[in-house]
Amino acid sequence: MAQTETNNQKQRFQPAIIDSSKSEEINKPSLNFWQDAWLRVRKNRAAIASIIIMFIVIFLAFVGPLFSGKQFDTQNVSHNHLPPRIQGLEKISWLPFDGTEVNRAGKEVNVYEKRGIDEYYWFGTDTLGRDIFTRVWKGTQISLYIAFLAAIIDLVVGVSYGAVSGYYGGRLDNIMQRITEVLIGIPTLVIVILMILVLEPGIISIAVALSVTGWVGMARVVRAQVLKVKEQEFVLASRTLGNSHKSIIYKHILPNLAGVIIINTMFSIPNAIFFEAFLSFIGLGLQDPKASLGTLVNEGFKVLRLHPHEMIVPATVISILMVTFNMLADGFRDALDPKMRD
Amino acid sequence: MGKYLAKRFLYMFITLFLIASLTFFLMKIIPGTPFASANKLSPAQMQIMKAKYDLDKPVPVQYVTYIGKMAKGDLGISFQFNNTPVSELMFKRLGPSAQLGFQAVFFGTLVGLVLGVFAALRQNTWVDYGATFLAVLGKSIPNFVFAGLLQYYVGVKLGWLPVLFWKGFEYTIMPTIALSMFPIAISARFMRTEMIDVLGTDYITLAKAKGASFFEIAFKHALRNALIPLVTVLGPLAVSMMTGSLVIEQIFAIPGLGEQFVKAVSVNDYPVIMGTTMLFAFLFVIVILVVDILYGIIDPRIRLSGGSK
Repeated sequence: MAQTETNNQKQRFQPAIIDSSKSEEINKPSLNFWQDAWLRVRKNRAAIASIIIMFIVIFLAFVGPLFSGKQFDTQNVSHNHLPPRIQGLEKISWLPFDGTEVNRAGKEVNVYEKRGIDEYYWFGTDTLGRDIFTRVWKGTQISLYIAFLAAIIDLVVGVSYGAVSGYYGGRLDNIMQRITEVLIGIPTLVIVILMILVLEPGIISIAVALSVTGWVGMARVVRAQVLKVKEQEFVLASRTLGNSHKSIIYKHILPNLAGVIIINTMFSIPNAIFFEAFLSFIGLGLQDPKASLGTLVNEGFKVLRLHPHEMIVPATVISILMVTFNMLADGFRDALDPKMRD
Repeated sequence: MGKYLAKRFLYMFITLFLIASLTFFLMKIIPGTPFASANKLSPAQMQIMKAKYDLDKPVPVQYVTYIGKMAKGDLGISFQFNNTPVSELMFKRLGPSAQLGFQAVFFGTLVGLVLGVFAALRQNTWVDYGATFLAVLGKSIPNFVFAGLLQYYVGVKLGWLPVLFWKGFEYTIMPTIALSMFPIAISARFMRTEMIDVLGTDYITLAKAKGASFFEIAFKHALRNALIPLVTVLGPLAVSMMTGSLVIEQIFAIPGLGEQFVKAVSVNDYPVIMGTTMLFAFLFVIVILVVDILYGIIDPRIRLSGGSK
């Protein structure tokens, strides 16, 4: 009895086949740099949340003005300074969307009922009765546009300058580095303000002013990386095979710098958003009726005491944008920087 | 060291000279006259006004006089603010700006330091996540947004602190907090990374093995070594103080340099704009140089000769 049981048990187990030729095989699928980086970004919950929120904000920036049913520059002075009111949400008293506002005497009144207005302004209206919901998303569009434009100029100028300076080296590098050393000593703030004073404030001129010294940081990082990469064997091999300098830079060196370039660009976008808003705040930004997040915050700030929503709404949007861009940039840096690999 | 310093000073002068020239020529291209209600003046009166401020001379002559005077520290006379010499005007305004800047850097680095150290000691707990999130907020939220909200909620709604002006210590509290968000964020992040690095070193393990208490390890062994590199963040902090002062001083109506600069920009007061720009640039260049030298002294591994040339 006991004998058969052990036999049964024995039959259940099979010795594993040991094939010495396969023992060295690596079963993990081999991932390239980008797949590997993506895995690491995905593990970073803050970065993923940032991506989602950022896409929602960008989506709203483009679609919001369409479904609000209002124009961003239509003035209606009889509807000015209305607090936010949203259908459905107005019944919930603790949400700030019930159309009430604290008046000068310190009492909460429903401004819509008092003035007999039936329309719904989701985020309220400004001094001239323009719909803030539409204006905020329109402003987000413009802020993003300026930021991306500035980032792209930085990218193109910075990468080419850095790559040429680092790759060719010698006297050319020496001269180019002396130029950047002088430029890096100029405070961005000063140069941007001076440029805006000369150029008329507009979308393009703000982006250009931001890029005047903005590219220097990128150029320095790229140069340092090029110096490192160009000493490696694959560059020598490519050279020996008779490739031109141009194709070596484009095909072999720049792809190896993609990580650094992406990280740098990701950080320059929120920086540009901030500077644009900053310029608007000190009165050097876009002119009415055009709106950016900065000009909206500035306009709202003037009436902050009586109608706080006019500043709080654009301030919230700009803060969300800045936070998500910064967190995503941090996430990318952790994922793409080989030194930080776990 | 001597050679390095000489080279750095040379660059400093080139940079400053470049900024001075750039400022001068940009000011010349800007449309609009610096005189209030210029359209009420007859051509003859305009001519007299221009002659008074040497604006009728050819641009190259103006340029040479300007650079020559600047080398002597004479920044010209303000067009708008009661014909006061610019240097005198700036000197009066330097006090509040400097006080605000120092308070913000001091308060900011102190708070950031505490946040960073605790985040590192309690790595991957809610303390760490909370401190990191605060640092991201501080770095991301524009300081004028923060200042505006602070002014509204703490000043107007709660009425705890005075909303405007610069009349005593309690007036400095809100602007200081608003301006110190960036220093807090930067130093908190920096301290966290440094502390984690230091806590992983062999001498900390040795201290632990010898039975040193938690506080002894944290504050006597780790913090001291992690503190040194904090010097490097002073550069970016000084820059943020200058940028911040422009808006913060405007929001809280503080009679400082930044507020005056914004005013000067709106009324085309060239000498004041040029003077303030030069002062900002000068301070910036000095701070960068001092930080570089300090860092070289503190950490001998950084070679001052700069590169392998």
